[in-house]
Amino acid sequence: MTSLWLLLAIALFGTALLALIGHLPYAGRVSVIISAAKVAASLWLAYGVLEHGPLLSAGKLFFVDAFNVYLIVLTTFVGFTTAIFSHRYMAHEADVRGLGHRRMRLYHSMYHAFLFAMLAALVANNLGILWVAMEGATLATVLLVSIYRTPESVEAAWKYFVLCGVGIAQALFGTVLLYFAAEQVIPNRDDALLWTVLYATAGSLDPTVLTLAFVFLLIGYGTKVGLVPLHNWLPDAHSEGPTPMSAILSGLLLNVALYALVRVKMLVDGSLGTNLAGHLLMGFGLVSFMAAGLFLHRQRDIKRMFSYSSIEHMGLMTFAFGIGGTLATFGALLHMTVHSLAKSALFVTAGHVSQVAGTQRIERIRGLIRTQPALGWSLLIGTVALAGFPPFGLFASEFLVLTATINSWPWLALPLLVGLSIAFAGLFRHLQPMVYGEPPPGQTPVRVNLLPVLAHMVLLLWLGLAMPGFLADWFKQATVLITGSWDTDELL
Amino acid sequence: MDLAKLSLSDQAVIASAALILFTSFIMLAQARIRPLIYAFAWQGVLLALITALVALVSGQSHLYISAALTLGLKAFLIPWMLHRLAVRLNVQHEVEPLANPSILLLIGSALVIFSYYVSVPIVQFSTLVIRNTVAVSVAVVLLGMLVMVARDKAIAQVVGFMSIENGLFFAAVVSTYGMPMVVELGIAFDVLVAAVLFGVFFFQIRASIDSLDVSRLNRLREIDE
Repeated sequence: MTSLWLLLAIALFGTALLALIGHLPYAGRVSVIISAAKVAASLWLAYGVLEHGPLLSAGKLFFVDAFNVYLIVLTTFVGFTTAIFSHRYMAHEADVRGLGHRRMRLYHSMYHAFLFAMLAALVANNLGILWVAMEGATLATVLLVSIYRTPESVEAAWKYFVLCGVGIAQALFGTVLLYFAAEQVIPNRDDALLWTVLYATAGSLDPTVLTLAFVFLLIGYGTKVGLVPLHNWLPDAHSEGPTPMSAILSGLLLNVALYALVRVKMLVDGSLGTNLAGHLLMGFGLVSFMAAGLFLHRQRDIKRMFSYSSIEHMGLMTFAFGIGGTLATFGALLHMTVHSLAKSALFVTAGHVSQVAGTQRIERIRGLIRTQPALGWSLLIGTVALAGFPPFGLFASEFLVLTATINSWPWLALPLLVGLSIAFAGLFRHLQPMVYGEPPPGQTPVRVNLLPVLAHMVLLLWLGLAMPGFLADWFKQATVLITGSWDTDELL
Repeated sequence: MDLAKLSLSDQAVIASAALILFTSFIMLAQARIRPLIYAFAWQGVLLALITALVALVSGQSHLYISAALTLGLKAFLIPWMLHRLAVRLNVQHEVEPLANPSILLLIGSALVIFSYYVSVPIVQFSTLVIRNTVAVSVAVVLLGMLVMVARDKAIAQVVGFMSIENGLFFAAVVSTYGMPMVVELGIAFDVLVAAVLFGVFFFQIRASIDSLDVSRLNRLREIDE
């Protein structure tokens, strides 16, 4: 319990401290130290949950089980490696783009405020608090998207604010409806929005109201996941803001939004006894997966390209959670982890790449492997990992999802395979000239810190080749929580 | 339905719900910025009033706190902030030409009918009062969205955004006597922060496109040509 409070306290402390000292030269280092402390606290928390089972705080405000604890560790870890990257990157950006003291304070402080909101959303036992934290995440990051004050970035931030705000308002309406249904059967009003109480009474909630609530929650949190056709804000917000923001938005925010959706699905499944929620998720997921793969081909901005790839992967996960069942859920959980690692590593690389080339336009980024081999190789290997090649972790998870699809919906395996190849082609047609082309004259290397990229790649390799036993066990526990069973027949 | 058979307080609730819907329509068609902000403030006053009424009828004393919070935030603080921003940006007398106000109002009416249709499954176990008020709250949410779609000025869009929030709050009050207190405080905090951030954005938008007409924010495209 102490570890949970400590984790949230560190995040809040970081927000407050960096609001005061964020402009100082060593602020980036302080941010790294605070992020490292968060990782330590989250590991302590995870150890506690692994040893002693689910955790319910006094007052039932927070709840940690196998499903959210691994996302908590992932969130703090990616937050930590991105902070390492952000330290030098933002110092460079502050020089080049002339970010003043106030904006640097804003940046560092809001970085931790965003992580606090993510953690609060993950540990919240109360659906209402989850909503407040999700909206808080938008509010914390929206000023960072427009931090460069270019017309494009202001437009992107405005779109992000308005579209996400309206989208997530639907989720609040869904929450009200859910509360309405729960209040009829749960005697204590204050308990009627708690996950722990709702799961116990799911069977007696009114199915009509719950269906309606799910539709609203799907639209609301689906906007945040970036499901097509609610995705318009995502590529803009991810491409116009500073790169560390893109890394944590793509790597963390989308995951947490999907987490909320899956939690709601578990509840609705318990009440309806049908797979309606699953079918809706499958539909939205598959459409997003296919559409984003096609959009990939038409992008001219390296960060926009990776944003569309995020939509594609989130679509795949949504689809897999929709199928349900042991194999698909296990695959989706694994995919959440490996996609976060791969995508944040790629955004880190893309940030350095655009510093080398002086632009984010793909057609003007050329010959990286000659100018700065380390960077060129990072981009190449990162993209190979992202496209789902063995031996990286994404191959394992995509393979699991594909197998599950063949088992339960054989004819859907075809669009899935087509979609995977479309996305693969989309990534590589842009990647090849960027890495191997002729470097423009005068292109010089910049100081980079590829430690985060290396760490993520090693983890991806490790997850792809030999998943450690405790992690597999962890995913297994989470799968049992989500699907309600561990069907060994499916695994053979 | 027989309105005369309802208790006096229930009739008052229905009457204020009707007035809230009316303020939504004003927001839809009011072309001038200052009266638009006043319409939003009146909606906040009515919302606080209806919350206090529901608290009185149901005996849910925590709703008095919500009512006070609504009155302070939605009826005074946010309209005052918007008004001050409009003055500082010197747009308070601006008139936004609406292409087709009558068609807009017709679409609005259609949305109200649609809301009654949507609310049928939610209200099947409820009383006459709730049946009407839930439908009205859905209508306020939809009309707020229509305001955001139809209007180009950033301030008008923010008013639409905030009135969506009003509609959601209204739905919570009439269908479930509000949300748990901790959630309500969190939402109020988010709304307040959002209002402050919108203010910051007005200045950023004006600095970037020299206008508050957000339809001119059109540099980013889904597909680069």
